[in-house]
Amino acid sequence: MISFFMAHYTLFLVMYGASLFGITAGVLGCFALLRQQSLLGDAISHAALPGIVAMFLLTHSKEPWLLLIGGVVAGIGGVWCMNIVVAHTKLKKDAILGIILSVFFGLGLVLMTVAQKIPVGSQAVLNKFLFGSVATLLPVDIVIIQAISLFIFLVLFLLWKECCAYVYDPLFIQSVGYSACVIECVLTGLLVLTIVVGLQAVGVVLMSTLLIAPAAAARQWTVRLSSMMILAGFFGCISCVAGVYVSACVDHIPTGPSIVIIATMIVLFSLLFSPVRRIV
Amino acid sequence: MISLLQGEILLVAIVTSIACVMPGAFLVLRGVAMMSDAISHAILLGIVSMFLWVQKLESPLLIIGALCAGLLTVICTEMIIVSKRLKKDAAIGLIFPLFFSIGVILITRYGRNIHLDVDMVLLGELAFVPFNRLVLWGTDCGPYALWVVGATLIMNALFIKFFYKELLITTFDETYALFAGFSPIFFYYCLMIMTSITAVATFDAVGSIMVVALMITPCAAAYLLTDRVPALLGLSVVIAVLSSVFGYFFAFYMDVSIAGSIASMTGVFFVGALIKSVVLNKLA
Repeated sequence: MISFFMAHYTLFLVMYGASLFGITAGVLGCFALLRQQSLLGDAISHAALPGIVAMFLLTHSKEPWLLLIGGVVAGIGGVWCMNIVVAHTKLKKDAILGIILSVFFGLGLVLMTVAQKIPVGSQAVLNKFLFGSVATLLPVDIVIIQAISLFIFLVLFLLWKECCAYVYDPLFIQSVGYSACVIECVLTGLLVLTIVVGLQAVGVVLMSTLLIAPAAAARQWTVRLSSMMILAGFFGCISCVAGVYVSACVDHIPTGPSIVIIATMIVLFSLLFSPVRRIV
Repeated sequence: MISLLQGEILLVAIVTSIACVMPGAFLVLRGVAMMSDAISHAILLGIVSMFLWVQKLESPLLIIGALCAGLLTVICTEMIIVSKRLKKDAAIGLIFPLFFSIGVILITRYGRNIHLDVDMVLLGELAFVPFNRLVLWGTDCGPYALWVVGATLIMNALFIKFFYKELLITTFDETYALFAGFSPIFFYYCLMIMTSITAVATFDAVGSIMVVALMITPCAAAYLLTDRVPALLGLSVVIAVLSSVFGYFFAFYMDVSIAGSIASMTGVFFVGALIKSVVLNKLA
């Protein structure tokens, strides 16, 4: 058993990191799904690119946590811009998401071509950002994922009551004296943090699935938020472990897409066969 | 001054931006703007599977494959929304990554020696457009992409010209459209077909992210400045063309990505429109 573990040490390391991330994304995805912000994840993950590249341009280093800070700043910037536009115009929400997504990403591409002139080379950074590569998760990445997950669960544990109430009834939480703005900021901040951490694992296009799919599947099986979150974490974990396993066993199957396909299959199965809200 | 080569790139960029704006305006008005993001990613699956079948990158079958993938995305998304089990945004965000992932897996598994990679579909490369020429009976007829994008532009323009009234009432008042005998669902799918065709025709020139930028941002900016549809269409075209021109020259002089620079430029125009509309609202 131990020799088997040692022989597949990298695989287990990657599986551990991916499953931990799957749990975190699944749990946070529940809030996003219930607040009808599923596509916000897609927008934030694109909006993080200019921040990551700008950080690279400023520091010339590929330290994961430095790039992470850049991504988080740009992601929060994106959400902030979105809120400004929402407050001042009558534009529909999804048009605003599309604008933030494409304009920030375009800005990122411009910065990226500037970065390519630096001899350190940044093509790898872009590829990792676009498609992710769980297979190259390093121990340092795992430490970052662990720390962020722990932090997110701690915040959720401490603010559980407030977050629940806010998700279902934002007016109630204000009427009993809490600041809706603070809770909103906390939830959005956690979302941005998760997304930016996840970018290097699954990539920008597929990040939104890890937020939406486990929560959407869990929603079909239960009507309680607590059990929905546990189920979503479980589904997220299962999809990541199975996805990593499939891509390790079969040649030329990238990890991110295989995780996405498995997660979506779980949703389709839940949609069709869950006893609570089934279609068939 | 600019050379012929650069002129061709600029021309393709301008024609692309006008072609994108036309379906984009109705997507923004209907509140389904993110479908352009979904479709422009999902067409990867259609392009890849058709390419693996015919093994040629210039085949018209690629466009048909991509069109099918785009429509399939719309149909699957609509099926989930109609079942009422998930909200619209979750349904959109669930289906297109699935299609995209299958496309990526097909490329990595079966197409490793071909001139097709995911970067190309996502990012495009406007600078390479003049090198792929359309040669008919031995004469050079200009860049291949210019003809594809030009045909799309003409088709979109004709569709809007002939079905303007129908598009308008199905966009603003579905119930009235039903009573008047126009099927809102039919025109919704027409719009989606138009979006898919435009996304396919422009993907190798500008990539799917810029398709989203050009479809949504100029129209959203115009929406802030006017509330009449003809004015909105006209203003969006003007903003899109200005963004392509300024974006191209910015990219040219700074030596950066053309597509990225045009996308950023649409953002600059949007911010301008936002400031103008906020100031106007304050004064009024």
